[in-house]
Amino acid sequence: MQLLLFLILGPLITAFFMLLVRKEPERNWIVKLSALGIGAVTVILLISMFDKGTLYYSFAAESTGLLMFFIEMVIAVYILYLGITYRNYLITGLILLQSALMIYFEAAYAHTIDVSYTLFIDQFSIIMALIIGIIGSLICVYALGYMKDFHAHHKELQDRRNVFFFIMFVFLSAMFGLVFSNNLLWVYFFWEITTLCSFLLIGYTKTEEATNNAFAALWMNLLGGIGFAVAILYLATQVGGIMGLEEILASGKAMVLIPVVLMGFAGLTKAAQLPFSSWLVGAMVAPTPVSALLHSSTMVKAGVYIIVRLAPIFQATFSGYVLAFIGALTFLLASGIAISQSNAKRVLAYSTIANLGLIVACAGIGTYEAIWAAILLIIFHAISKSLLFLAVGTVEHRIQSRDIEDMNGLIVRMPKIAAMMVIGIAGMFLAPFGMLISKWAAIQAFIDAPFGFIFVIMLAFGSALTLFFWAKWMGRLLVVTHLKENLEKNINPDIWTALVILSGLTAITCFIFPLISYSLIEPFLLANYGNVTRLSQDNIIIMIMMLFLIVILPASILLSPRKYRQLKPYMGGMTTHADMSYTGAIDLKREMKLSNYYMNSWFGEIKLHTLGIYLCTGLIGIMFLTAAYVGAII
Amino acid sequence: MISVIGVIAFILLSPVIGGLIAGIDRKITAHMQGRVGPSIFQSFYDVGKLFEKEKTVANDIQRFYVISYFAFMIFTGAIFFAGGDILLVVFALTLAQIFLVLGAYSANSPYSHIGAERELIQIMAYEPMVILVAVGMYVVTKSFNIGTIASYPQPLVLFLPGIFLGFIYILTIKLRKSPFDISTSHHAHQEIVKGVTTEFSGPTLGLIEVTHWYETVIILGFVYLFFAFNTLIAIIAVVLVYLLELLIDNASARVKWQFVMKSSWAIAAIVAMVNLAVLYYLGVG
Repeated sequence: MQLLLFLILGPLITAFFMLLVRKEPERNWIVKLSALGIGAVTVILLISMFDKGTLYYSFAAESTGLLMFFIEMVIAVYILYLGITYRNYLITGLILLQSALMIYFEAAYAHTIDVSYTLFIDQFSIIMALIIGIIGSLICVYALGYMKDFHAHHKELQDRRNVFFFIMFVFLSAMFGLVFSNNLLWVYFFWEITTLCSFLLIGYTKTEEATNNAFAALWMNLLGGIGFAVAILYLATQVGGIMGLEEILASGKAMVLIPVVLMGFAGLTKAAQLPFSSWLVGAMVAPTPVSALLHSSTMVKAGVYIIVRLAPIFQATFSGYVLAFIGALTFLLASGIAISQSNAKRVLAYSTIANLGLIVACAGIGTYEAIWAAILLIIFHAISKSLLFLAVGTVEHRIQSRDIEDMNGLIVRMPKIAAMMVIGIAGMFLAPFGMLISKWAAIQAFIDAPFGFIFVIMLAFGSALTLFFWAKWMGRLLVVTHLKENLEKNINPDIWTALVILSGLTAITCFIFPLISYSLIEPFLLANYGNVTRLSQDNIIIMIMMLFLIVILPASILLSPRKYRQLKPYMGGMTTHADMSYTGAIDLKREMKLSNYYMNSWFGEIKLHTLGIYLCTGLIGIMFLTAAYVGAII
Repeated sequence: MISVIGVIAFILLSPVIGGLIAGIDRKITAHMQGRVGPSIFQSFYDVGKLFEKEKTVANDIQRFYVISYFAFMIFTGAIFFAGGDILLVVFALTLAQIFLVLGAYSANSPYSHIGAERELIQIMAYEPMVILVAVGMYVVTKSFNIGTIASYPQPLVLFLPGIFLGFIYILTIKLRKSPFDISTSHHAHQEIVKGVTTEFSGPTLGLIEVTHWYETVIILGFVYLFFAFNTLIAIIAVVLVYLLELLIDNASARVKWQFVMKSSWAIAAIVAMVNLAVLYYLGVG
């Protein structure tokens, strides 16, 4: 209990310190100490709680509930004010609707609601807490160095770093709150806080583009928020006012299907599934630590967290299959779009959307095997993706570009960072690394589920797409060019710390994932589904052998040093120079430039995105209709 | 279920079998083209000569990629012939292939670069079908374990005719045969020189050849699984399939990568959907 409260309130206290402290050295120390503290406490939480099963805590909720309602209203007024000043009528309308729902609920039903347990913890919460506490804090540490560079590069922008770090820590606090709350009203409160935080962070630079994209993120997430609010109202009026997550999961499927589907819808908006994917792509205008935070440990993970939590209700319902189909379709289309992108951050964004789609697909199917895959996906994705974002951000500040084509030969110019990026990319799609293990688990889960073959086929095609865009990026980084100038000097030590730890984690989690599965995921599955799954002993041994092989093979370069003569690559007989330029007609020296395939006519963003919006909007409609149908029978 | 003998036999015999297949392949191809052709041991002489050649590279790291390609190909085959998990075989095979692609990228040469891009397109084109083969076999036998699949008493091909045909289609890509030999070709001339292998020479190229022998054995192993209920029939089937590939190789001209990609995906999607749906409907799955 104390640990949970510490994790929720600790970052909040740090956040307020951030507002007060304006000197850089002091801020640095507070952020680092807090990050260390938060990370350490999540590890303590792991050690002390992993074998305790599910624990519930009651809490004097009366006054807290009122305080939360008050804060929600303050936020609503603030958003309303923004909506009016920026003449954004969509936002204005949505926030008015949402507030009206919540005020009605508070006035008419709040006093009738009695939730016995407000907070809880189980193995899944611990996993989420570890992701938020370790990766989230590392990103904050990284942000210290990054934001300093950022403002050095962008003199025209106002330096509001104290506000920036304030929001970052509020965000972490809200995420902890979200994963530890059993009371849905609390979940909803923290849910709305994360919406607001992401809005503020995306709009941090206050450029026109940033503001527009921040509003785009806001309206989509407000729409999800309305779904959540309606779900709460429905639970209060139709289902006898049960508000505890554990009560919802324990009650009959048909009874709670409508509110659960509404919350699933909220999850879809937050997890940036089609048709709501554009806000996450737009969020790329924000400074890189924000992207890393949104993509790996917060925000989108809140979306999939709630869907995975509610998966037992989705399991074997038609609405659940439709939800899974939305996820699978998002996986397929977003992976395709990623092929056509050359902007590294956009590739990462689409890959996130795709992987979240896969998690949603698993959760929608909701069998124990699928949930096992979903949780593995959450873990591995968080680590690899944060590493990749932070690496891309670092590279961007050095080469002044985030275009993958400009990263040609990065292994020569920035060997260490490039190596880390390669680790991150390998972590996203290659055996024996994390995401591949998860995809493997997903294949096994889908195949055993009803209608599973449709999902397996989509997964097979989708993963071929992911393979293509990751591999060509990796290839680009590893081109050995003659350019020898090293750009890695003077990189801030905070940045190195975060990058090195995340690279280490990417590799280490592959070694210890059987342990994670055994001590955390399997007990969770056993408690919620009465059944467990895992990789067989043989396969784990083979995977670990592969890892070792990958680790020792680079040594093969050292074994026979310098016996090989180096020749210039073949250029069709042209006179080539050391930099691979060649002498063309009338003795002009011409540059040779190689670039990747992007296949825009097939995988163009507009084409696939539009297709996805239509299909997935229709599917969401079907999901609601089927849920309503089941509800109507009751 | 780890069969050590299978692994050792694979590691020792595959280069012999793979090399002989390559030699016989050239002999038959020559006959089809009205030539006499080289000895069936020519592939061994060629590779032997490559290892005698001067050791040259475009950069030092290239060798690492080739050795990794080689090592993971053997690893893949070892899992396969130990009767391991078929999905793991697919993933390990992809990993090996990626190393070759990275080696081609690292050379910074226009020909090997285009070869690498095309090789990736090829992988993208055949990967879904290979996964779906594993899935189909699982649906019928209820196991991903190759040992269990191979000892399934009935011919898998009867349950998976569509998936088998889809696999034959992408087999042309995997064996680097015309019309799908877009990234590199066994035939003398190609518009991108030697594509993905352009920048490898001498011993490193030799190693790539040997790796390809191993790969051929693994891929034909997949064909074998479809008929594994009877060893003799399975071997005949493998031979016939290979002869069919040879015929296609000699009777067709190289196509553009767009066609490779589109047709492989269309076929994979259709056959997998229909075949798995029928199995599902019949309650086999």
